[in-house]
Amino acid sequence: MYAALWRVLPGPWWVRVLIVIILVAAVLYGLFFYAFPWISEMVNPQEVTVE
Amino acid sequence: MSVAGVLGELLITAGVLTLLYVGWQLWIGDMIFGAQRNAVGQDLSQQWEQEYAGPAPSASPSASPSAAPDAPAEPAPVEPVILPEAGDGETFAVMRIPRFGADYAWQVAGGVTRERTLDPIGIGHYPGTPMPGAVGNFAVAAHRTTWGAPFNRIAELHVGDAIVVETADGWYTYRFRTLEYVEPTEVDVLLPVPQVPDAPAGSRYITMTSCSPMYAMTERIVAYGVFESFTPRASGTPASLTEGVPA
Repeated sequence: MYAALWRVLPGPWWVRVLIVIILVAAVLYGLFFYAFPWISEMVNPQEVTVE
Repeated sequence: MSVAGVLGELLITAGVLTLLYVGWQLWIGDMIFGAQRNAVGQDLSQQWEQEYAGPAPSASPSASPSAAPDAPAEPAPVEPVILPEAGDGETFAVMRIPRFGADYAWQVAGGVTRERTLDPIGIGHYPGTPMPGAVGNFAVAAHRTTWGAPFNRIAELHVGDAIVVETADGWYTYRFRTLEYVEPTEVDVLLPVPQVPDAPAGSRYITMTSCSPMYAMTERIVAYGVFESFTPRASGTPASLTEGVPA
């Protein structure tokens, strides 16, 4: 899977490394700012009030 | 490219994602969100300062007449301005606790629902309890973990630590007194005199509730403080914020 991705990427090896780094950064951004907060709401109930 | 190979890579990816989620939940997410919320609180504080300096000093209509700007170094105690109770999700103050860092500036808003106050804004004011500076018990709640964790270090407070509630009118300084761990149903911590039913309201307290133990909700941790003084905006930043934190 990842080997196939590597073969699909264009350019010499250092261009491919650059593209992979950008892709990984984009994925991490999406996870940290959108996906994980959304998951957190469902799996991690936190109650802080007395009632 | 074998089926097993793809499956293996997918499983490894799932493992990495799970570890990333744990890391985000425990550290990264709170750092990101906390930094954002503290920056918003500091902006609000600066905005209040500029609004005060901008127009005439009479811009604060409820300021008490004894708030003379040219007061000597030891001003007489000023009767605090008591705000009307804030609406649900309406920000009315910024809490500053020097023990938690000089840049600690979490917003305080009305209501203690997670979806409208505690998750998106930070610290929530229990409806029906007095506002800052009023006789009785100013009661607030906030997350200890997740959502930026405003009360993350609540158990590190030392006796006498300043808990300062800043509003457009000035600063209400409370001093931390004690911690208590209670059952989630222990609403007596919100009474005018905490944990003393039927006692007439006389002194001014602050009660801060959060979850305990961390990442769980089986108990609540409660921090109590007593009111020390009100510093009108005309008098400038109070000593409680500039004196530093004893070790």
